[in-house]
Amino acid sequence: MTTTEPTVSLDQPTVVEAPKVQQSGVPREGIKPKRASVLEVWRSMPLTVKFSTVWLILVFGGAIYAKVDTTIFDGALPLQDPNAQTNGFSAATGEFGDGEPLEKPSADHWLGTDAIARDTFSRIVHGGWVSLIVASVAAGFGVIFGGFLGALVGFVRGRTEAVIMSAIDVILAFPALILLLAMVSIFRVRDLLIISLVIGFLSIPAYTRVARATSLAISQREFVLAARAIGTKPGTILRREVIPNVLPVVLSYAMVAAAFVIVVEGSLSFLGLSVQLPTSTWGNMINLARADIKVDVMQAVYPSLALVITVLSLNQVGDWFQKRASHRASAL
Amino acid sequence: MLKILGQRLLRLLATLFAVTFLSFFMTSLLPGDPAVAILGEAGVQNEELLNQVREDLGLNDPLPVRYVNWLGNAVQGDLGESYINQGQSVSGTIVQRLPVTAQLAFMAIGLAVLFAVPIGVLGAYRQGRWQDSVSSAGVQVALAVPNFITGIFLIWLFAVKLQWLPASNWNRISDKGIVENLRTAILPATALALTQMAIFSRLVRSDMIATLQENYILSARAKGLKDRYVLFRHALRPSSLSLATIVGINFGALLGGTVIIETLFAIPGLGFRLINAISQRDILVIQGITVSVAVGYVLINTIVDLFYTVLDPRIRRS
Repeated sequence: MTTTEPTVSLDQPTVVEAPKVQQSGVPREGIKPKRASVLEVWRSMPLTVKFSTVWLILVFGGAIYAKVDTTIFDGALPLQDPNAQTNGFSAATGEFGDGEPLEKPSADHWLGTDAIARDTFSRIVHGGWVSLIVASVAAGFGVIFGGFLGALVGFVRGRTEAVIMSAIDVILAFPALILLLAMVSIFRVRDLLIISLVIGFLSIPAYTRVARATSLAISQREFVLAARAIGTKPGTILRREVIPNVLPVVLSYAMVAAAFVIVVEGSLSFLGLSVQLPTSTWGNMINLARADIKVDVMQAVYPSLALVITVLSLNQVGDWFQKRASHRASAL
Repeated sequence: MLKILGQRLLRLLATLFAVTFLSFFMTSLLPGDPAVAILGEAGVQNEELLNQVREDLGLNDPLPVRYVNWLGNAVQGDLGESYINQGQSVSGTIVQRLPVTAQLAFMAIGLAVLFAVPIGVLGAYRQGRWQDSVSSAGVQVALAVPNFITGIFLIWLFAVKLQWLPASNWNRISDKGIVENLRTAILPATALALTQMAIFSRLVRSDMIATLQENYILSARAKGLKDRYVLFRHALRPSSLSLATIVGINFGALLGGTVIIETLFAIPGLGFRLINAISQRDILVIQGITVSVAVGYVLINTIVDLFYTVLDPRIRRS
């Protein structure tokens, strides 16, 4: 091992060689471990995490496909219209459709039809879109605002920290869903953007806490002390030493938080307080199907499975990334 | 000890102040004019009357003044009247419905702890063996199932298929006695408990694994105490402290969960009323329930915090 490039071992924390002292500036090039390639990451995943990743790609890829289908191709791609009632009158053919409510799965309708004869498979695929958007917006808000706030207050401490953290504590002093309900009821129009923004805003406190805890630990480290000692400006230290090391932890938290957000949106949909009908979400599909569980419980099972497997997968992948991130942090 | 108590009390007051203000502020943003709601369509024509009602309700005052007035009344138990069901006082509704929600929440917590402790202890004791793998996998799945899904399938199994229990409704203890009450309470409480149980047992397991490596456990084993005795008497006690904390923290999630579960099972608790009020835009009811739930949550967390301090001498000293 005489090469200067540190090799990345995937199961173990990356061992980084001592940074070479440079002529001027902050010695940091040597600290950055080589980024593992996608293939290497895939190989190092345990089987359950691999399955979870595949599922997430399928569900969210399918949701994007469905969205592209309806918005760009006007439903021309092979996927049924999620809102068409298969027993309804069609102007094109001049006849009523031959579909029925609560059909059993068949070649035409892979997962049967719902209470008003719409294709369940298509509705589930389309339903992934709302989950994807809400989870992404929440993660974006959390990482950008929460992550930055947390990294900042953990680094500067003092009065700034006291003020910001007490504001955070007040928001966390509410039961999350109650606060969400109160905020959601402020808006008359419930579209995806508003729901996402409200959930995104409410995600910030938890991220701030996670980022602050990491930032506190990072800010005590010798490389931060070293940067201070050579007179680097605090802003530069925050940007170049603290934030890059807080970010992996926050990003891996985002996965687990996304799972939680999907459940929260599912609950809102279930209560009929999320996006407006007929847009399908897993939550409102479950809510619709529950009226008919005496006749056909399977219509409730399919969207429930979609929701549960997605949440389970996000948890698995998130936990795994969190472990990697903490290994990385301890190897610094 | 007294100093800690004083600090906690001060912080509690500050938090309560902030929480009540935030709920008041938020609900004052709710759309819809209360004066219009009270007068109905006829009143909208009459500008003078409308203004009169607004004045009476204090709606023309600036927000801080309204908050102070409202807080003064709230402390005396007056949260106003429902706009939709006129003559129905908000605090009366809360007092009437709180016991239902509280019973559900406490039953759920009780069930969760009751099952979580043995599962967690077993996982720690048999760490790495099949018992641990099975219970850990179960915990992972349970964590991923939202409570409304659990609720629906409990209804399907026990009310539709087996027909052992009613699918919805609520029998008050005072009306029908404890047995009938429990028959309506057990399914919703179980639906609420499942996620909490998973969280608790995961915590107990990881906590116990750490505790079991302590020297005093080794010495307890060395002097020939039975495993069960060591586990439940020596190892569980320090772990139960962190359990107590997480129970307190998760109480908020549970109160949120009751909203969904009460709606699903048509249970006349606070959560169901809140959802009705939201769909009817009954502002004072939304406000009253939000504030009282938030205040209750803050109080419970403070009590758990204090309890924790009293129980654990290490925290008391530092």
